[in-house]
Amino acid sequence: MIFIILSNDSIHASVFNFKSSLRIIAMVVSADIWKSFLSETGDIARFTGRFFTEFPRPRYEFGEFLRQAFYIGYKSLPLVAITAFIMGLVITIQSRPTLVEFGAEAWLPKMVSISLIREIAPVITALICAGKIGSGIGAELGSMKVTEQIDAMEVSGTNPYKYLVVTRVMATTLTIPILAVLADTVSLYGGFLGANIRGVVSWDLFWNQVFDTLVFGDVLPSILKTFFFGFAIGIIGCYKGYNSNKGTEGVGRSANSAVVISSLLVFVIDLIAVQITDLLQLN
Amino acid sequence: MFAETETASVKNVNRKMDSVIHVEKLNKSFGNNHILHNFDFDLLKGENVVVLGKSGSGKSVLIKCIIGLMNPDSGSVNVLGKEIPELNHQELDRIRVKVGFLFQSNALYDSMTVRENLEFPLRRHWIQKNKETVNDLVMEALTNVGLAETVDMMPSELSGGMRKRIALARTLILKPEIILYDEPTTGLDPITGKEISTLMLEVQKKYNTSSVIISHDINCVKLVSNRVVMLIDGICYASGTYDELKVSTDKKIHKFFE
Ligand SMILES: Nc1ncnc2c1ncn2[C@@H]1O[C@H](COP(=O)(O)OP(=O)(O)OP(=O)(O)O)[C@@H](O)[C@H]1O
Ligand SMILES: [Mg+2]
Repeated sequence: MIFIILSNDSIHASVFNFKSSLRIIAMVVSADIWKSFLSETGDIARFTGRFFTEFPRPRYEFGEFLRQAFYIGYKSLPLVAITAFIMGLVITIQSRPTLVEFGAEAWLPKMVSISLIREIAPVITALICAGKIGSGIGAELGSMKVTEQIDAMEVSGTNPYKYLVVTRVMATTLTIPILAVLADTVSLYGGFLGANIRGVVSWDLFWNQVFDTLVFGDVLPSILKTFFFGFAIGIIGCYKGYNSNKGTEGVGRSANSAVVISSLLVFVIDLIAVQITDLLQLN
Repeated sequence: MFAETETASVKNVNRKMDSVIHVEKLNKSFGNNHILHNFDFDLLKGENVVVLGKSGSGKSVLIKCIIGLMNPDSGSVNVLGKEIPELNHQELDRIRVKVGFLFQSNALYDSMTVRENLEFPLRRHWIQKNKETVNDLVMEALTNVGLAETVDMMPSELSGGMRKRIALARTLILKPEIILYDEPTTGLDPITGKEISTLMLEVQKKYNTSSVIISHDINCVKLVSNRVVMLIDGICYASGTYDELKVSTDKKIHKFFE
């Protein structure tokens, strides 16, 4: 626009300079962002590497692991169940008109169960856990860090990485798949109710169709990927908390970015998982 | 001339032999922020040494280097005959049983009750397995600080001064030979501050401990110190008894005693 209106060459040049300097600023900014992104990725990789070196060595904090696993499962169970139920119900109601259009209403249980089991239930579970557990871990470890409780553990003969990080990461890695299986079941039940709102599908018919449709190649990858979701949520929450900056403000920021990064990672892992199952032709 | 240097070095060796903590030429910096330059420090057996210095001068950094929570850039940190920066985890834990640390922010575990807070070091250091002994030790430590009735409360239910005393009880429960106090009376009213100071003296008498005390509280310094070390500009600027330093005409020293 500016170029059309301005015919004067000097003004033209200055506009050009202005634009190019803007571009340079943009490049500098993005270089900075890239730098911090890469250095943070490196830090997270190192933090994760430490998990694998510390995890096999004694002392095994089994009691603390059980406490965390129970706590994490128990805390998220109601929320995961309600959300999964609603998702099952809604997806079924939404899918019906399209299938009716093709005269394929009888396929409703088939289609709904595939989308719920393969994608929706595991991802919804992971996102809820990223929000609830990831932020919880980030805030808890963050406040322990800024109030020197982590240092206090260290001088009390405890390896805080093992006691706090390894136990929590193990707990999320093993608990979130259980929650996801539960979410699968509850969402299918929601689907059954959804199918019965308009049409009539008997209990037996619905479940027969579901189990006819679902094969090994649907269920196994979808459960396997939830282990990775759990691991990512645990490790990011711990990383953010453990490296919290001084001050209460730092704690809030840790909790916040734990949620953002782990939610993003859930989608990235999901994308990779889809590619792998596709390559292996599991479905 | 020659004889004089010799006696000086002999004196130095003697000092090193008597001391439970011996810090020599300690350097520590964070980026371009140089905190400690060739800092020298000694703590003798049974002695209470106060480290005095401005906020941000590196007092907490110094005692964190002593307990091995921070690694010095260079220099020697010798605690009970062991070079702290060279120790591995297990050896460090063995030393830490004998060295108590009172954190500036108390660092009570806020997800645990007072009892669990006190049991934590006992259990983690694999010391007392027997439930009754553990309970006795917990109650003894709490009675020492006069807070036996809070045993089943959470730290969040306690006042600042009470939390300080619980933290002190947790530090003392392992009956350490050396105690490092990071600002034990800061943020407390003068009466509670004095109580804590008296408590520290009692502990020293009862268990014959040696302690390093970081404090800005001139009343506390007066009461508990056998010797005062001034940490100014990253070096050990002066050292002497409270009464000696109080009458010093050096401006930098005098400021602390006004
Ligand atoms: N982990 C760290 N990373 C970077 N800088 C640090 C760290 N810990 C301390 N510092 C810096 O070292 C300096 C000394 O800190 P220190 O906590 O030892 O002060 P202090 O003498 O204990 O002060 P105060 O009386 O306020 O507690 C400060 O300037 C601080 O910014
Ligand atoms: Mg300090």
